[in-house]
Amino acid sequence: MDLGLNEEQEMLKKSAKEFLSKECPKKLVRELDEGDSGLSRDLWKKMAGLGWMGLPFPEKFGGNGGTLLDLIVLLDEMGYNIVPGPFFATVVLAGFTLMEAGSEEQKQAYLAKICSGEMIMTLALTELDGTYLPESVETVAEAKGDQYILNGAKLFVPDANVADFLLVAARTKSGADPAEGISIFIVDVKSRGVKVTPLKTLGRDKLCEVVFDNVTIPSKDLVGKLNGGWPVIKSILRKAAVAKCAEMVGGAQASLDMAVSYAKERVQFGRPIGAFQAIQHYCANMVTDVDGSRFITYKAAWTESEGLPSDLEISMAKAWTSEAFKRVAVLAHQIFGAIGFTMDHDMHLYFRRAKAGEIAYGDADFHREIVAAQLGL
Amino acid sequence: MDFHFNEAEKKFRAEVEEFILEEMLPGYADKDLYWPGGYGAIGEFEVRDPAVEKLREKMGERGWLTMAWPKEYGGGGRSFVEQAIFFELLSYYGMPGMDVSTLISGPTILRFGSEELKSEWIPRIVKGNLKFWLAYSEPNAGSDLAAIQARADIDGDDLIVNGQKIWGSGAHVADCGWMVARTDMAAPPYKGTSLFIVDNKSPGITMRPIVNINGFHSFNEVFFDNVRVPKKNVVGDMNMGFYYLMVALDFERLVISMGGFRRRFEDLLNYTRNTRRNGKLLSEDARVRAKLAQLATEIEIAFLLYYKTAWMMDNNLFPNIEASEIKLVTTLLSRKLADAGMEIMGQQAQLWPGSRHAPLSGRFAVGYLDSISAVIGAGTSEIQRNILAQRGLGLKRK
Ligand SMILES: Cc1cc2nc3c(=O)[nH]c(=O)nc-3n(C[C@H](O)[C@H](O)[C@H](O)COP(=O)(O)OP(=O)(O)OC[C@H]3O[C@@H](n4cnc5c(N)ncnc54)[C@H](O)[C@@H]3O)c2cc1C
Repeated sequence: MDLGLNEEQEMLKKSAKEFLSKECPKKLVRELDEGDSGLSRDLWKKMAGLGWMGLPFPEKFGGNGGTLLDLIVLLDEMGYNIVPGPFFATVVLAGFTLMEAGSEEQKQAYLAKICSGEMIMTLALTELDGTYLPESVETVAEAKGDQYILNGAKLFVPDANVADFLLVAARTKSGADPAEGISIFIVDVKSRGVKVTPLKTLGRDKLCEVVFDNVTIPSKDLVGKLNGGWPVIKSILRKAAVAKCAEMVGGAQASLDMAVSYAKERVQFGRPIGAFQAIQHYCANMVTDVDGSRFITYKAAWTESEGLPSDLEISMAKAWTSEAFKRVAVLAHQIFGAIGFTMDHDMHLYFRRAKAGEIAYGDADFHREIVAAQLGL
Repeated sequence: MDFHFNEAEKKFRAEVEEFILEEMLPGYADKDLYWPGGYGAIGEFEVRDPAVEKLREKMGERGWLTMAWPKEYGGGGRSFVEQAIFFELLSYYGMPGMDVSTLISGPTILRFGSEELKSEWIPRIVKGNLKFWLAYSEPNAGSDLAAIQARADIDGDDLIVNGQKIWGSGAHVADCGWMVARTDMAAPPYKGTSLFIVDNKSPGITMRPIVNINGFHSFNEVFFDNVRVPKKNVVGDMNMGFYYLMVALDFERLVISMGGFRRRFEDLLNYTRNTRRNGKLLSEDARVRAKLAQLATEIEIAFLLYYKTAWMMDNNLFPNIEASEIKLVTTLLSRKLADAGMEIMGQQAQLWPGSRHAPLSGRFAVGYLDSISAVIGAGTSEIQRNILAQRGLGLKRK
């Protein structure tokens, strides 16, 4: 057994921490949260310069040849700094989809540009009901000669407002099993008939509505097998769930750190509030939640990285971390009192992300169901 | 025991309901994003709306805003249970009307104020158009109000007030501050603090807005620079203000928008009855049902506590322990209702008001953020627990 990070991961963690505290201060986070695009081109370029976009992808596409676990170490730090922008959508959602299902040409054309930071991509999967089940994919791609015609509407598509290309899950065959007959296509956002509208959300992350109105897709832009998209999506959702956990673990860690240092400073009744056992117990509950979430997340990521069956581990991690980050953020708010309820304070930035993270890629109930099924129930 | 409302109470309930349905301001309840238990999204803390003023005056004419006060002070001579019914229904229908002046300052003045103070302020409060804000907290005095540093020095018939208050909700739209300041710096705070009324228009007061996490300007930081306050505005005896403050805080903890909980819960029930997920109505999903059943039970407990406190007051028992219980229970419920609602609504729940697809107009998303304030404002949950353990159960501090 080796339950520590390896040397490279330690270095990555350290350099990411240094880089982000300098290049992604809360002032920038707020600007991006409050603004429409959520993207800082400058920060994006610098992150690309560090090779972050290609971290888990093979060197022949310009990547670093790292693993999902390496990426998790980075996302933990990004979550700590709540870095806004389309990194997650581009690297985790789109990058892994291309990696798993894309043809060699598609990888050269798209994945390589993701690695170099030249291209922003996302995955358009969920629709009106927002669930991650195959039956909710109702967007249709109809074959017409050597083209497909795409019609439908996607909701909660992350960062589509700044994406160059979308990977779209669409129905190409309808039958008894909703998981059969879904295919994935690459769609240029600038194509005629694509309309992207950012949604106003509690998380202030840039989730979008994307409407396709008779959008023409050349057959060559099919990713993977025709009607064989769902197994790919399932694999991506697994990675996305554990990757989101890593961000949430980082966010929870930051919430804990902020609250503990405030509890040491803030004096009421002639002593630091951290001297009250009520507050000490809150802090103890928080650190337990942070550590528990981190362990279970890293175990899940390692399992997936090793190519082992990981449904159980990932669903445990997502079910747990979704609620743990929320608990930690609520307790941190409680420790801050009124000052934390102000827009100028940083705490709500984390509280919002805890909610967004909880919902993304399956909430706790959704994943507990998978855990139960994995237990053979 | 009889858990039913009696005939008179039922009749009064019907009368109030009729009034509300008739007088409801068009669109107000839809626009106001107030979340039960929260303090950060109350329309009346943000802007002063002439239509709301008029409505309050109408309620004032009926004696409803102060209905449980003695008749000699312009009260309605009604019971506290009837008053509880009135506020339950107001909050159920999202109608404005609850205010610091009628619910906190007025009752404190009636209890401790001189006849002179009463005759000057009570009639104006009864009319319903006088708004107070609470000037208690300071940057270094939140839970620990004994640490306040604002001071008021006697100068002839006046007090000269200096210092800084913070978190004054709705201070910018109020008429008067209901303020505590040190009047004897040499004495311990509980023997050297006074409670008084300060006119917002007094020279020397400046306010700085503070925006809360929902994006509302509800808070204010308020600076006092040699502000003159007539000594006759002091409530009760000089230097005894800390005791009055504790009582005023008990009154504040009893201000609960009970009907608001039931209303939002009904919204959620209806949503689950009308929304299908994975081919099934949400109301048929076992996990959703368990969450709703749990909420229903907690709301029932809160309702019982709410009417219990009113009933106690009608029977000359002051519910100061129960005030902390109901504050603790309802503010936690505020969070649980928002949280469970958000969980049930899933992905859509994060859509903000104004979004086309936002369920229940995005109210739960606002409530989700606002419920952070519920367990902090008017005395944090930890302070309520301290009160319950120490004052209520006699557990020692050391
Ligand atoms: C939405 C909102 C509206 C408000 N409106 C007003 C208003 O109109 N007028 C006004 O004067 N004030 C107002 N307040 C201020 C409110 O009364 C204070 O926020 C509250 O009393 C807590 O004080 P604090 O924020 O300074 O937190 P602190 O007192 O600094 O507390 C920080 C943390 O320490 C805990 N703590 C403190 N002491 C103890 C203890 N002895 N034992 C255990 N834990 C402890 C607290 O519970 C909290 O978790 C409002 C607050 C909010 C959030």
